[in-house]
Amino acid sequence: MRREGSPWSGLWAVVAKEAADHLTSARMRFLEVLVGLAAIGAVYAATQTIRESEGSDPFLFLTLFTTAKDPLPSFVSFLGFLVPLAAIALGFDAINTEHTRRTLSRIVAQPIYRDALLMGKFLAALLTLGILLAVLWLVVIGLGLIFLGLPPSGEEVARAFTFWAATLFYGGVWLALSMMFSVLFRQPATSALAALAIWLIFAFFWPIIAQLCAQSMVPEGAPRIIAQAYQAIYEPMFARVSPNYLFGEATLALLNPATRSLGPIFMSQLQGALMGAPIPFGQSVLLIWPHFTGLIAGTILLFTATYVAFQRQEIRA
Amino acid sequence: MSSPVIEAKGLTKRYGRHVAVDHLDLAIKEGEVFGLLGPNGAGKTTTILMIMGLTDVTEGTVRVLGLDPARQPLAVKRHIGYMPDSVGFYDNLTARENLGYTGRLAGLPRALLEQRIAETLARVDLSEVARQKVKTFSRGMRQRLGLADALLKSPKVVILDEPTSGLDPHATQEFLELIRALKHDGITVILSSHMLEKVQVICDRVALFNAGRMALCGSVTELGRQVLGGGHHILVEARGPGLERALVAVPGIIRVRREGDDRYVLECDSDIRPAVAATISGAGGQLLSLGIRQASLESVYTRYFEEASHAA
Repeated sequence: MRREGSPWSGLWAVVAKEAADHLTSARMRFLEVLVGLAAIGAVYAATQTIRESEGSDPFLFLTLFTTAKDPLPSFVSFLGFLVPLAAIALGFDAINTEHTRRTLSRIVAQPIYRDALLMGKFLAALLTLGILLAVLWLVVIGLGLIFLGLPPSGEEVARAFTFWAATLFYGGVWLALSMMFSVLFRQPATSALAALAIWLIFAFFWPIIAQLCAQSMVPEGAPRIIAQAYQAIYEPMFARVSPNYLFGEATLALLNPATRSLGPIFMSQLQGALMGAPIPFGQSVLLIWPHFTGLIAGTILLFTATYVAFQRQEIRA
Repeated sequence: MSSPVIEAKGLTKRYGRHVAVDHLDLAIKEGEVFGLLGPNGAGKTTTILMIMGLTDVTEGTVRVLGLDPARQPLAVKRHIGYMPDSVGFYDNLTARENLGYTGRLAGLPRALLEQRIAETLARVDLSEVARQKVKTFSRGMRQRLGLADALLKSPKVVILDEPTSGLDPHATQEFLELIRALKHDGITVILSSHMLEKVQVICDRVALFNAGRMALCGSVTELGRQVLGGGHHILVEARGPGLERALVAVPGIIRVRREGDDRYVLECDSDIRPAVAATISGAGGQLLSLGIRQASLESVYTRYFEEASHAA
């Protein structure tokens, strides 16, 4: 059955209202403090390490993002943890609180489609996340300028910027997931717990599960060298189901220009390669293009599931 | 005035095997106040949601101003103001901001929106608290804000779902006054309620719902005549022996009910108070008071379902 009228009408009203809500909420303050502290801590530790080293790396600025110093993890691994949490915090109560506050029926009684409400909420949260990450990114670069006393090169800026985009896509997956739970579960607490459970699985258990799955692919009675090859081929394949792993690989390729491959390669493929020499920015992007595609596809899939569930839902409480 | 504002034919909604609304036929005229009355779970809200295009129709058709809510929901919703049952607002926003959001969703241009917000808030007497957060509002104020919200897009039809539930008698009275004022502006009002007595005074016509079916439809007096026969209840307070027997014999009296030592309720087909007075004094009784009660929806309703269950 065809319906008349644009599904976009009212979209920007929703985006503006939701983004304003996010940016002024106490939850956001909390996230800002948390992420800000993590950034400053990580960057400070990284600059300490970098100063001690010789400083011959042509991409010194990028090591700011990736260098860890005990007991502090690197900025990138901080983000790997915190971005899903921030995304879940922005999305877990998107739809169900409209139910419990009894505002939903009033909103959908306006001349808009439900599409606009869902899409608007998603875009607003993504915008908020984007702003949060952009601020962080600028803080890190600013701190880097102060501590290291040297400006980043053009390529470093390009790589760092692509890293920002990768982080945003990574957040998008978690945002879509938490919004899906906000449609499926009426209680915000249940929805938050469900999203956090998935996050826990991918952050801590998935590497183990991927390893076990890869082991199960090894043919019985295979010699050790073959078993190792199987393990090396299949483990990343299973691991790449996890957005955390995809994000990890993407950042590795982007921020460490010497990365040539994400997975096992044959010695023959390395013939003539200058080991440890950086590859051009375009090649790095090519390397992680599938990861970008995967993250975006995951977001779209989850969003579609959310959309279908929301369309079928009865409005009355 | 020719074609009805809202017309439903054979409207049916099923949830699995449960039938929420069963072959409803309805025609609501322009400018009338129409009451959908009945107990909770009788299908009133489901009917409203189908009129709004907020839930799919299983069977039958519904037209709002000639539009199909399932296919042209945006056009329909542009003309209907809706106040849901126990309306909710964003507590951390002010009354103005809440209405502003609604207005932007409805696509009102900024200048017009400002003007409408001021107008509607004045209409429901909330201008003074316009800049206060909604979390400080009482139940009655929220309900009035809900009405302002429904009126914001200056709709042709306003649908109010249980507008008076949870309000104290004074707030209820105020709210009913507001609804009456809408009728003056030529807005068609549909309201649903389970409180029959409260709303009967403001409804031009009512439909009584029960278990998904529309049991009765018409004006309150019509229904009274239809169901209660005469539709007149005469209240008598008189002292004396054997009055009940004497009263039954009066022509025109259908039933005599004793409601206390000296109180009687007479159901009759017309106003025969003089005859009743004469009979009482003729039988040697002392007449203390004599009054007449208009047919009430509640008595219509109880009586109708009493009969319906007897018939079954």
